[in-house]
Amino acid sequence: MNKNTEVTVETAGKLGLLPEEFDKIISILGRTPNFTELSIFSVMWSEHCSYKNSIKYLKTLPREGECLLVGAGEENAGLVDIGDGLGCAFKIESHNHPSAIEPYQGAATGVGGIHRDIFTMGARPIAALNSLRFGDLSLPHTQRLVKGVVSGIGGYGNCLGVPTIGGEVYFDPCYNQNILVNAMSIGTVKKGETVSAIADGPGNPVFIVGSATGKDGIHGATFASADLTENSAEDLPAVQVGDPFQEKLLLEASLEAIKTGAIVGMQDMGAAGITCSTSEMSAKSGTGMVIDLDKVPTRQANMQAFEILLSESQERMLIVCKKGEEHKLDAVFDKWDLECAEIGHVTDTGMLEFFQNGERIAHVPSEPLVLGGGAPVYDRSYTRPGYIDQLKDYNSGNTPAPDDLVATLKQLVKLPNLLSKRWIYEQYDSMVRTNTATTNTASDASVIRIKENGKAIAATVDCNSSYVYADPEKGAMIAVAEAARNLVCTGAEPLAVTNNLNFGNPYNEEVYWQFVHAVKGMGNACRKFNTPVTGGNVSFYNQSVINDRVEPINPTPTIGMIGLIHNMDHFTSLSFQNEGDAIIVIGTLRDDINQSEYLKNILGISDSKCPYFELEEEVALQQLIRQIIRTTKVQSVHDIAEGGLFMNLLESCFEHNKGFEINNPGMVRNDIFLLGESQSRVVVSISQEFKNSLTDLLGQNNINFVEVGRVTGSKVRFEDHDLGNISDWKSVYQNHLGQLIES
Amino acid sequence: MKFGVVVFPGSNCDDDMVHVLGTVMGFDVVKIWHKEKSLDPYGPLDGIVLPGGFSYGDYLRSGAIARFSDIMPEVVRFANNGGLVWGICNGFQILCEAGLLPGVLLPNEDKKFICKNVYLQTVNYNTAITSSIAEGQILKIPIAHADGRYFIPENEVNALWDNEQVLFRYCDENGQLTDESNVNGSLYHIAGVCNKNKNVFGMMPHPERAAEVALGNTDGHLLFEALLGVHS
Repeated sequence: MNKNTEVTVETAGKLGLLPEEFDKIISILGRTPNFTELSIFSVMWSEHCSYKNSIKYLKTLPREGECLLVGAGEENAGLVDIGDGLGCAFKIESHNHPSAIEPYQGAATGVGGIHRDIFTMGARPIAALNSLRFGDLSLPHTQRLVKGVVSGIGGYGNCLGVPTIGGEVYFDPCYNQNILVNAMSIGTVKKGETVSAIADGPGNPVFIVGSATGKDGIHGATFASADLTENSAEDLPAVQVGDPFQEKLLLEASLEAIKTGAIVGMQDMGAAGITCSTSEMSAKSGTGMVIDLDKVPTRQANMQAFEILLSESQERMLIVCKKGEEHKLDAVFDKWDLECAEIGHVTDTGMLEFFQNGERIAHVPSEPLVLGGGAPVYDRSYTRPGYIDQLKDYNSGNTPAPDDLVATLKQLVKLPNLLSKRWIYEQYDSMVRTNTATTNTASDASVIRIKENGKAIAATVDCNSSYVYADPEKGAMIAVAEAARNLVCTGAEPLAVTNNLNFGNPYNEEVYWQFVHAVKGMGNACRKFNTPVTGGNVSFYNQSVINDRVEPINPTPTIGMIGLIHNMDHFTSLSFQNEGDAIIVIGTLRDDINQSEYLKNILGISDSKCPYFELEEEVALQQLIRQIIRTTKVQSVHDIAEGGLFMNLLESCFEHNKGFEINNPGMVRNDIFLLGESQSRVVVSISQEFKNSLTDLLGQNNINFVEVGRVTGSKVRFEDHDLGNISDWKSVYQNHLGQLIES
Repeated sequence: MKFGVVVFPGSNCDDDMVHVLGTVMGFDVVKIWHKEKSLDPYGPLDGIVLPGGFSYGDYLRSGAIARFSDIMPEVVRFANNGGLVWGICNGFQILCEAGLLPGVLLPNEDKKFICKNVYLQTVNYNTAITSSIAEGQILKIPIAHADGRYFIPENEVNALWDNEQVLFRYCDENGQLTDESNVNGSLYHIAGVCNKNKNVFGMMPHPERAAEVALGNTDGHLLFEALLGVHS
């Protein structure tokens, strides 16, 4: 296909547009579009850019709160007030399909893209997190993907000089062909020094800065909006190639250019390249643009107009400059040896006009192209999936007690989802910028101090997709609750959320049912925790076609949450500190092993319901934990998550090589006591001397708690089972995942 | 004593060095852009730091392009006049490439980027950056590199030991030179060296990442404390 291709409804179909969408384009233009114009509509109306199948429900999420400096969706990323004249910009975004095809570049450009979203607002990225999902780790294909994704994330982030401070990694066969790579960036900016993605002021010149434009990533947005199939590898040109060194220069030059005062508006080029940035910026300002594509620096000669317009070459920005101040921009980009080309100007027509060889090759209005403007919005129908009603409650009544508990525990600690992710995170620079407080103090969330005001940002990404599969509404609530709980356990106040909604094909009514219910649960939980959703990303079509059977991934609505530690005295470790300290479990023990790692991966039972969770109970627990951290002398605080109480205790031991001896108070069977994953439970340790002040507080608040034992020097004991020395558990915990990946 | 921190395109620990030298230690410190052609404001009593990062993307060999930057002949001249030059991580790689320090930094033995705390034993306690370290004290300082395996031809090694040019060696937390503790496979566990004149220093570990109570580790602070004693 090229610019002379005759445009019909079939052409539109090949670009991923529906017949009714093609009709709508004709009615907007009052004529049939040419191929270049059709290409523009096809990428802007792709799922990736338009959110056409999700926006209706995204609008039901809580989008307002006292801490927000800009409304949700108004800028490239959310911006929250962190006090002392500072704002924190943060966002999560997926790069799933590219990473499934080309793991190194897919993951690398995912990292690069999300950081650009942050610094295009004028904020300096100060930390990155990521949420990764892979398939069965025993498959060589999975091992190859893990290695590629991890080195891609490291290769980009390390060079850029932004620390990767945390994340989560899960392995589940549902991701065998369709891995998930969700990257989050956090930046800080002085209030009043942010830049918007606007194109105000007709007559103002438009610049493209950064890398030259090549043929990579053409139709990437459309690629991301289609099913991943076994033939997807043939779409390799749709995968972008990253250059972190160029991004580092672009980052510094952009922040320096903002300081000159010459910039009216700026937007990074991600999906749909020049098309998306020109249309979104002018639509936001109600203006238009005249762009001469011959002036765009290209990597090769004879690129067609649609290729230049749709290229997703990385490390580029579109800047609208104040007329007469172009020299200020030139000086900065010259200093950093980056391209800075004037390619057009802002108009008052509301139309985008693209020229090539003196000929106007596309002439389309900007408003109908964009989300919130004229882009299509759909309300899909949905059906409750049959599997939901087949799920059962698993507890001591219908599961066997293990013959050999100690053997079971040893088996458990080797499960990939529970093992230390050390092999992975040691390949990321987690400390550059010298703010990472969790390097030498393990904690439930990652913590970076803010040099300017002595406070700290705590951040986490969380989602257990097995829980969401079993109950999308409750599972999404748990994802929000766990994120908030992790922040609270570090001593932070949860502030706001960015979400990455990874689902299957939205035209599949059962998948859409999962989506609708997950968004509902997420919204309810975010309202309870007073953490508005500032933005994020929707990734549909995550599924694989295997032997003509479509298998959607588990619904995976990943929550990225940030919080503020107002006073570093509140920063709390998850690690046991002193031999002899009392170990107290706060929250209610339940006879429940639903969707636990133990049930799924040791007993091999996958048809269980979601584990116990009640939102009100969780909120009360978190309020109390915040009070405990502020008013008592607790030594460690760590929530119970995957792997239950047993993994929680082991994880609490490793940093200072402590051990524990505990007993089951007898409410539930031993294996369920140790390995159940019912929610809303937190383990704290405290010296015997100050124990009463804590238990008094717990009693006054009418919350269930039980002292299960004490911290030891290094020995591990449960009831009368001698579980050996903590060093043996630590060795397996720290090293086994690397052995599995490199096996 | 005032400091200049050279900023190459791709340097990313420049802000960290400026923060520790300036805000934490109270030295006068400014950044020096790599296109500068003169270090005239800096005398033999001052210091020049080459910070960590990925100069020019490290797309050739780490440090191999940066050594041709405009500023580098001036850094060489400054060093030859006795000025203190300190390269950390990428800065160490650049100093080796520029010939100011002996040896080279090869890709890590396991070919992976490694970022973690490591333990160091100090070999020469009588230099401008090691004099505050107590005899026998094992330091915990992080590394973050893909190309940190120190290598030097066998026939040059003896001179390195004879001239007391080895500063630090990777060890375990008890100070033992175990195989496992040699994190990147460096020859003789070498983590940092200096030149014969003891005024040019290079090390892979990042002391600036371990110099503040707020980050839970102050072992690196000792190296900056030592600088306070120089020319005072």
